[in-house]
Amino acid sequence: MKTDRKLHLARQRKQVIAFNLFRILSITVVAILFIILSFIIFNGIKVISWEFLTAMPKEGMTKGGIFPAIVGTLCLISGSMLFAGPVGVLSAIYINEYTRDGVLKRFIKLMTNNLAGIPSIVFGLFGMSLFVNTLGFGDSIIAGSFTLGLLTLPVVIRTTEESLKSVPDSFRHGSYALGGTKLQTIRKVVLPIAFPNIITGLILSIGRVSGETAPILFTVAAYFLPKLPHSIFDQVMALPYHLYVISTSGTNITESRPMAYGTALVLIAIVLIVNISANGLRKYFGNKVKMN
Amino acid sequence: MSNDQYLMTNNLSDIINKPVRTDLVIATRYVNLFYGDFQALKGITLEIFPNTVTALIGPSGCGKSTYLRLFNRMNDLIDGVKITGNIIVDGEDIYAPETDVVELRRKVGMVFQKPNPFPKSIFENVAYGLRVNGVNDKKFIQAKVEQSLVRSALWDEVKDKLKKSAFELSGGQQQRLCIARALAVEPSVVLMDEPASALDPISTAKIEELIYELKKNYTIIIVTHNMQQAGRVSDTTAFFYLGELIEYGDTKEIFTNPKDKKTQNYITGRFG
Ligand SMILES: Nc1ncnc2c1ncn2[C@@H]1O[C@H](COP(=O)(O)OP(=O)(O)O)[C@@H](O)[C@H]1O
Ligand SMILES: [Mg+2]
Repeated sequence: MKTDRKLHLARQRKQVIAFNLFRILSITVVAILFIILSFIIFNGIKVISWEFLTAMPKEGMTKGGIFPAIVGTLCLISGSMLFAGPVGVLSAIYINEYTRDGVLKRFIKLMTNNLAGIPSIVFGLFGMSLFVNTLGFGDSIIAGSFTLGLLTLPVVIRTTEESLKSVPDSFRHGSYALGGTKLQTIRKVVLPIAFPNIITGLILSIGRVSGETAPILFTVAAYFLPKLPHSIFDQVMALPYHLYVISTSGTNITESRPMAYGTALVLIAIVLIVNISANGLRKYFGNKVKMN
Repeated sequence: MSNDQYLMTNNLSDIINKPVRTDLVIATRYVNLFYGDFQALKGITLEIFPNTVTALIGPSGCGKSTYLRLFNRMNDLIDGVKITGNIIVDGEDIYAPETDVVELRRKVGMVFQKPNPFPKSIFENVAYGLRVNGVNDKKFIQAKVEQSLVRSALWDEVKDKLKKSAFELSGGQQQRLCIARALAVEPSVVLMDEPASALDPISTAKIEELIYELKKNYTIIIVTHNMQQAGRVSDTTAFFYLGELIEYGDTKEIFTNPKDKKTQNYITGRFG
């Protein structure tokens, strides 16, 4: 009895220690994130103004605004999603709904997973060689969008695949049993159910696109271009590259430091807004699917 | 499916050479089914007559569901399934190469073990089969949806909320919705795989009543775990054991005077 009790106490103590350890670790992580975020907000908020958001950069990028970089980033987000969205979703549909378990499926999975592991600078180089040079797009929105799109393609494919996989087979069987073809089953049953999650995955990958610097470095991003693009074959400024420029190689780094924090804040805000709207959209479509 | 797969693995030329009766709605002749190397059905020969309810009974894993899925070719969806023998629906070999599986599934409806309405409105659930079969006429769809819901004894409960999600219905209502959904495309045969096993006793009673009603217009094959249920709803009963058809005949006969020892043991509850 006595030893039992000892054992019990020892066990309990271990539990308590483990629990506290986990708690301390997770609190630390949250705290670090919080500090970084407040640091950027604190430093960045000072320069945020209507002018900062809507004006061209001036005086060697130490004054004025970041308007063209915001527009550029928005262009690249839309462009890359227009490419990676349909291609990724269709690929995932093919992989999940049409291929049977076997060598082909495993090969495609292996490739997409490896694609996801390639450093983004490599995508930049590849994009430059293929889109900028070989296809002759030059440094342009279209070259940058394709490059960024390629980069997010594995993520889009994987999240879409997961969304499709989470649709129970009983729905598919219900449709087949009524004489639905495979295509009808996918279009009218599977996709509507998976849609909220697919959209969420797509939007979340936008977060990644908007922050990438390496892939746009050689494919689209302009060092200083105080005007808006007229076509998809124009170069643009982009927030992450602009941030890099004014904090490392601008004309006057110390003077443009506040601008850098402001730019970082805008970038974070875009990602945040995108994520929040992803959540909202998922809820909205989630309800809609049920009511339909 | 290639022709040589129809060749019998066993030497049963008498069965092969017997002409197929075309007045039967459903018949199987020496059907074997393999999941990979595992043989789930062993030489099943059975004839089912129109406008009857046939109950498939037997212990878990004896092949009842597998057998049921032969008739709308749902086994096709499973990897590594191999089938030999003839399966006849409406006088046609449904595994012949020229069979239109989509058309077959319209003719042979199915109700699953767990209610599986689509995450759509009640109306759209019933209309689904019509829509995928190319029906666009709004009035026709509306009439058909109502008729099917009436037939599945659900109309009175849902007529005021057709636009509501099917998920707002109770389990028993969902199952009757699934029956309505199957009826809407006007099948001649309805397959039911333990349709009441996930339901409470009251819903079960409703479903049983419904099956009795439906018999007038449809040929029904129902898998059931529940002896009393088989006794109540069916005209003929087939007892399966380890992939074999042990006994088949009039339900009353099977339940009161089983010829096979195994059937007797199962019915009296000695295994199962
Ligand atoms: N998809 C499948 N793959 C492999 N074996 C299966 C599959 N489905 C069923 N089986 C096997 O076939 C046998 C018959 O199964 P089933 O028809 O579901 O039996 P029942 O409906 O009578 O319980 C069981 O031994 C089961 O394990
Ligand atoms: Mg079963």
